[in-house]
Amino acid sequence: MDFRLTEEQERFRKEVRDFLEGEMKQELWEPTIDGWIMAYDPEFTKRVAAKGWIGLTWPKEYGGQGRCFIDRLILTEEMLRYGAPASCHWFADRQIGGSILKYGTEEQKRELLPKIIRGEMYVGLGMSEPEAGCDLASLKTRAIKKDDHYVLDGQKTWTSGGKYMNYLYLLVRTDPDVAKHRGLSELIITKDLPGITTSPIIDITGNEAWNEVFFENVHVSKECLIGKENDGWRQVMEQLAYERSGMERLMANYPVFEGIIQFAKETKRGGKWLSQDPVIRRKLAQLKIEFEVGRLFMYRVALVMDEGRSPEWEAAMSKAYATAFEQRLASVALEILGLYGQLRPQSKWVKLNGMAYHSYLSSKGYSLQAGTSEVLKNILALRKLGLPTG
Amino acid sequence: MDLSFTEEQEILRKFAQDFLTSKFPKKLVKEIEESDVGYSPEIWKEMAELGWMGLPFPEKYGGTGMTFLDLAVLLEEMGKACMPGPYFSTVILGAFPILDVGTEGQKQEYLPKVTKGEAILTLALTEPSGSYDAASTEVKAVPSGDAWTITGTKLFVPDAHVADYVLCVTQTEEMAKPEEGLTIFIVEAKGPGMGHTALKTMADKLCEVVFDEVKVSKESILGELNQGWNEVKRVINRAEAAKCCQIAGMAQKVLDMTVEYAKERKQFDRPIGSFQAIQHYCADMLIDVEGMRLSTYQAAWKLSEGLPCAEEVAVAKAWAVQAGERVISLAHQVHSAIGVTMEHDLHYYTRRLKASELSFGDIDSYRELVAQGMGL
Repeated sequence: MDFRLTEEQERFRKEVRDFLEGEMKQELWEPTIDGWIMAYDPEFTKRVAAKGWIGLTWPKEYGGQGRCFIDRLILTEEMLRYGAPASCHWFADRQIGGSILKYGTEEQKRELLPKIIRGEMYVGLGMSEPEAGCDLASLKTRAIKKDDHYVLDGQKTWTSGGKYMNYLYLLVRTDPDVAKHRGLSELIITKDLPGITTSPIIDITGNEAWNEVFFENVHVSKECLIGKENDGWRQVMEQLAYERSGMERLMANYPVFEGIIQFAKETKRGGKWLSQDPVIRRKLAQLKIEFEVGRLFMYRVALVMDEGRSPEWEAAMSKAYATAFEQRLASVALEILGLYGQLRPQSKWVKLNGMAYHSYLSSKGYSLQAGTSEVLKNILALRKLGLPTG
Repeated sequence: MDLSFTEEQEILRKFAQDFLTSKFPKKLVKEIEESDVGYSPEIWKEMAELGWMGLPFPEKYGGTGMTFLDLAVLLEEMGKACMPGPYFSTVILGAFPILDVGTEGQKQEYLPKVTKGEAILTLALTEPSGSYDAASTEVKAVPSGDAWTITGTKLFVPDAHVADYVLCVTQTEEMAKPEEGLTIFIVEAKGPGMGHTALKTMADKLCEVVFDEVKVSKESILGELNQGWNEVKRVINRAEAAKCCQIAGMAQKVLDMTVEYAKERKQFDRPIGSFQAIQHYCADMLIDVEGMRLSTYQAAWKLSEGLPCAEEVAVAKAWAVQAGERVISLAHQVHSAIGVTMEHDLHYYTRRLKASELSFGDIDSYRELVAQGMGL
């Protein structure tokens, strides 16, 4: 047992910090809440790519760095600490590349991985549908094989990526005549194919957070199939474990944490510094205790991945726990801000740049995306604890 | 980074599990709990022969020279087994301070007795104020020639009724900063002037210990005169981490028992564990228990490596206290009525978990320590 990072890893953390601080000094961007999913900046992504920090864990033969998942966790931890605008590459880097590596053909690996690594491939996820949320396997979007291609019809929703996404990763039904889990396949396609239209969904903060994506008679080359036809459910379960594994589940709104601590140190109420108020101290310390436990969960997940194992229950556990933490953080921050907590980011009197306001609202989605906390707890109960199905 | 135990540690765990399960059936735990002594001298001797009393102590004192992390494994298993007896008092509260700051003579005198299972030790720290701060120390030691006289009352002293030696924290000088006037003495527990009364408690064997002009020599001072508080802080820190290990063990066992019960117990013609409400209770318990284990191992590992760890220990204990309460509450909810009877084993854990949670500082003291670390 050893809870230390290596000296090399500590140096890497410093390198990432120096890079991000340099960027901020040049005022290239401002810290953002949800920067991994709501802040698209292709130029930033290109600069990260130039550092070799996309596809960090992938084999060198495909342009990756062949480093471990702990290294990647350090990288993402710092990205989130600084609220960097990393959305363009986040999904591809976190889960799509891994799926291509595991299930893709040699041609797909040679074509797609370097594109992700160069920071040119922005992938929107097409899993959920209006009638297929937690019950994802009931999805209806079909890809019917015809000659050398599939014909795609249907609709996806909650697809992030805004106007920047140029690829779509899809889970679709390729065999409608078998049990629902057995007829699914994974496809990766470019977004510019004829017959694809998108329509934005405005989230509770007022931002264009997601899209509905419609497919009408879209012709997709069968080269776009990832892995085996009709084996998509098994493949996607593993991908979901990676999707749930990230540090963003704990630190999506981390700048609020630092912001509210600073606020407590700099604000007087009733002639007394907030940071001296025992109740405020208790609240903030309690958050810190919960954060530190969450951080251990996150590092444990990365260690499991470094063992080469899909972190199915570990990621389910860490996400269920950590998103609840993020929600408490946002809520406590608003409590401490009091009346100021309701001011929108553009308001003259706003505190913390409105980050707490934004985070409070957007955090309601944290425990829903990539598996609701209920679905995650089902995974823990059934697959880890072995409780019987209903 | 590596969160796995070594093969040796896994062997120790397995061995301890088997030994403790076979030696401490709950029927015996109940008998021991109800007895006046509160431990089994026969099994105590066996444990000494296994080297458990001396596990973390150097070989020259009869120990096996293992690490605190090794000890953590053993403590976790003792928690799982609800092992009664003065192991914690003797090893964590008594022998460790002697190893920390004792003279070579003191180490030679006391540690081999501990490792052979021939001496039970404890620490008399808290007083009727019930708090763990230096300012609350009112038991006084007054010099008279080459000797000292200790007078006053210590309260909540674990296992004093069976102890051979008591480490007593006393005020030796009244200072503006009370922590600069405290001294630890090693006192013979059954010597002249010593009196104890067992307290009726939820789980642990705790005593009131009265020092009535107890005469001790200056050779009985453990560590430096007036410098005792530094060692007390170290002991508390270590004891908190050790309590976390036991709590994590207990909570793991409670989770295992609850899952097993949920699989077996049928209502509405199906196991109750097939209901999502019960499944999610169990999942919540699992998250809490895993959080306990990770944060506890982190604290234990840091202690083992001799790294500063006050904050990690505070995080671990704060989590253990809060998560322990949630875990046991859900366990009772799943077990339903049978769990609140003396027929079922759950009450052992309910009572001991709470007693462990109440020891060595309350949750707000940990939060305050963390707050200071945050620069608040």
